[in-house]
Amino acid sequence: MRLLKFVPENTNIHFLKWRLPFFALSGLLVIASWVLIAVNGLNLGVDFVGGQMIRVTFTHSATAPVGALRGEVASLGYGDPIIQTFGAPNAVSIRMQLPPGAAKNPALASAMSKAIIARITAKQPDTRLDGIDLVSGKVSKELGWSAFEALGFAAIAISFYIWYRFEWQFGAGALLSLVHDVSLTLGLFALTQMEFDLNIVAAVLTIIGYSLNDTIVVYDRIRENLKKFRRMPMPELLDLSVNETLSRTVMTSAMMLITLLALLFLGPRVIFGFTAAITMGIFVGSYSSIYMAAPLLIWLKVTSKSFVPGDSKLDRQEQLARGQK
Amino acid sequence: MLDFPRWKKLWFWFIALACCAAALPSIFAVANLHWPSALPQPRINLGLDLAGGSHLLLEANPDQVVSQRLEAMEESVRIKLSQANGTVKVGDISNKDGSLNFMVDNPGEVDAARELVLPLTNGAGLTGKRDWDIKVVDATRIVLTPTKEGIDQAVTNAMDTATEVVRKRIDALGTREPTIIREGSDRILVQVPGLKDPTALKNLLGQTAKLEFKLVDTTALPSDIAQGIRPPGDDLVPYAPGAHGAEAGLLPVKRLGGIKGDQLTDASQSFDSRSNSPVVSITFDSAGGAKFAKLTTENVGHPFAIILDGKVLSAPNINEPIMGGSAQISGGFTVDSANQLAIALRSGALPVDLKVIEERTVGPDLGADSIHKGVIAMIVGTVLVMVVIVLVYGRFGIYADIALMVNVLMILGVMAIINTTLTLPGIAGFVLTIGAAVDANVLINERIREERKRGRRVFQAVEMGYKEASRAIFDANITNIIAALLMAKFGSGPVRGFAIVLIIGIGTSVFTAVMLTRMWVAGWLHRTRPSDINI
Repeated sequence: MRLLKFVPENTNIHFLKWRLPFFALSGLLVIASWVLIAVNGLNLGVDFVGGQMIRVTFTHSATAPVGALRGEVASLGYGDPIIQTFGAPNAVSIRMQLPPGAAKNPALASAMSKAIIARITAKQPDTRLDGIDLVSGKVSKELGWSAFEALGFAAIAISFYIWYRFEWQFGAGALLSLVHDVSLTLGLFALTQMEFDLNIVAAVLTIIGYSLNDTIVVYDRIRENLKKFRRMPMPELLDLSVNETLSRTVMTSAMMLITLLALLFLGPRVIFGFTAAITMGIFVGSYSSIYMAAPLLIWLKVTSKSFVPGDSKLDRQEQLARGQK
Repeated sequence: MLDFPRWKKLWFWFIALACCAAALPSIFAVANLHWPSALPQPRINLGLDLAGGSHLLLEANPDQVVSQRLEAMEESVRIKLSQANGTVKVGDISNKDGSLNFMVDNPGEVDAARELVLPLTNGAGLTGKRDWDIKVVDATRIVLTPTKEGIDQAVTNAMDTATEVVRKRIDALGTREPTIIREGSDRILVQVPGLKDPTALKNLLGQTAKLEFKLVDTTALPSDIAQGIRPPGDDLVPYAPGAHGAEAGLLPVKRLGGIKGDQLTDASQSFDSRSNSPVVSITFDSAGGAKFAKLTTENVGHPFAIILDGKVLSAPNINEPIMGGSAQISGGFTVDSANQLAIALRSGALPVDLKVIEERTVGPDLGADSIHKGVIAMIVGTVLVMVVIVLVYGRFGIYADIALMVNVLMILGVMAIINTTLTLPGIAGFVLTIGAAVDANVLINERIREERKRGRRVFQAVEMGYKEASRAIFDANITNIIAALLMAKFGSGPVRGFAIVLIIGIGTSVFTAVMLTRMWVAGWLHRTRPSDINI
């Protein structure tokens, strides 16, 4: 039976010929992401800034009347709400700051949520309460720190692991591609203003895992080729490695995308942002392995000598003395 | 690599089947079939975001415990010194800076004062360490400082009590299987599945329970009581279930002349000084103490009832007047049951205010909807992936597909065995794991393909494929595990659920994708010895 092949055999795409332009492009995208985050800000959920979030679905409506809702809730006198569609077009999340004094007297927050729900139900009888989240300032600070620490430790731990398994330049490459991936993901959220909550942090950690997964597969092949082809110049060797793993990269990305698209379109609406983030991460992750992690190896002067035993320190000293290096 | 002795094959099959079997109860549950109760029942828990319910994080203020304790000690010292019939005169007792200090008028009486106060500093209860340090300063002042052990014990007691009260109160709501856990030194986590409106729960947790001490009406006729006729001036109070003397049914108590339990400042388990049997020591505040003194003096020899929330806990006799504001409740306690009653008495009121600092409620409709959609997405995704894999890798793809199905069942099985919780992101994790599990097979099959292109013989190519790919699979999975472990540590409940599914999935996928397929491929190769493979 003739087997299907996504990638023709013996591809020889000169990926690394374009390393400078793509690296520059990536650099620009990363900077643009940082700018977006600084200017637009991330749409931080109640997990990180505290407050109360009410999620409702209007079961018999096609879309949610966001503008009208905003007016209604604001008129209750608790301040301005942030209302966004949440997953499905007929579901919204309503975010409010906690009423003053709610830290001492939680009954105030309950009263607020009751009032808001009552008002909405009065206007839209098909309101279905999906959930309420209430996070005090204290807990949100802790959650914020947890998220930060998790990402930080992940970056450091994985980079060290790669350093240990390969060489330091590989660890650096991995770290760079990690920064790139996280920046672009956060930039996407700053751009689209999708809600950034704890689930998204989990999504970012997943993207890190996947991207480095991909990077390691390429690195493993590079390591193997470095031992095999001692004299091949690095750009050529990297190209060879990327081409050799291309089939696998395309295949795995395709599989992940199939499952993620199934989740996006058929899966629970509540985790839509989460799933969207991971989907983008697949593209970004694969890209960064080729155009972030690999070129860095050239610039950090990885050569076949990195892996081949023999050139110990004494050897090199001797070669220096003999003027051969 | 392609060598599989019989014991290895049996072992692998056993593991695979055991884990898959463990998944069956949960699958039966989803399909609404009955799983026989005689068989073991490993279960996957549903997180709140899937089952619907409320999650409340309550925080107490430990400083409240400390200051209350200080005040209580001050009362006790005052009463103790006044009891000494004026032999020891002291100046004002002040409680600045977290310690009590007072001046003894007559320096010669300092030692006497110290002796009077000493018994109050003994730690009752289980550790026996001192709660307070007594120091004599400048030969005229006595300073009482709480010891760290004392404070820690008091805070722990307070939090234990609070948790117990919370548990009791939640049980009263009749909800199913609430989870109540202490978090850190000053927080309580409450998870109540199926609770639609946490407002009632929050009100309940802010309420004080009622404790009363009332005189028993010994003149009432048992026949009247049996018929439920209330003697004039009395209440008929039922016994708490399991209370001493519960067989009597109802107890007539005089409505007036009792003492309220909100005047208790402490209750703890200790030992009777004479009989060494476990008793419960309770301490009233000064007003309560005075009332209690009056009550007991006037009613020596009569029984009085201790009533909690309208039910009689016990009805001991008053043997002698109790003047010092503290009393012992005795009556056939063991250390455990005395401790429990002490907690219950302390439970009468929450020792600290509990504030809700985090609350998440999910409506149950949404949860069921999410599971439904999640399962559909998973099935569709899996089927598509399986089809593509077979189209691309042929026979090797079929082995990969079977491994994938075993993988899914194994993840469910392991989750059931360790009784972990499935959350909404966990469902996403499941779907992701399917994509990732396939990756291992992709790596292996691509490698086999390559080795064949280089001209290796079939056996060699397959062996090399598995060998070389395993290295990359190993490294890649370690990084995923690192990310997942961090998520499990730093994440909240739903995120933790995601991380756990990921970790389990990585483990099972290595087993199924690498070892199981290898076993099957090896078996096929040994049996048929093909000279070419289509891959």
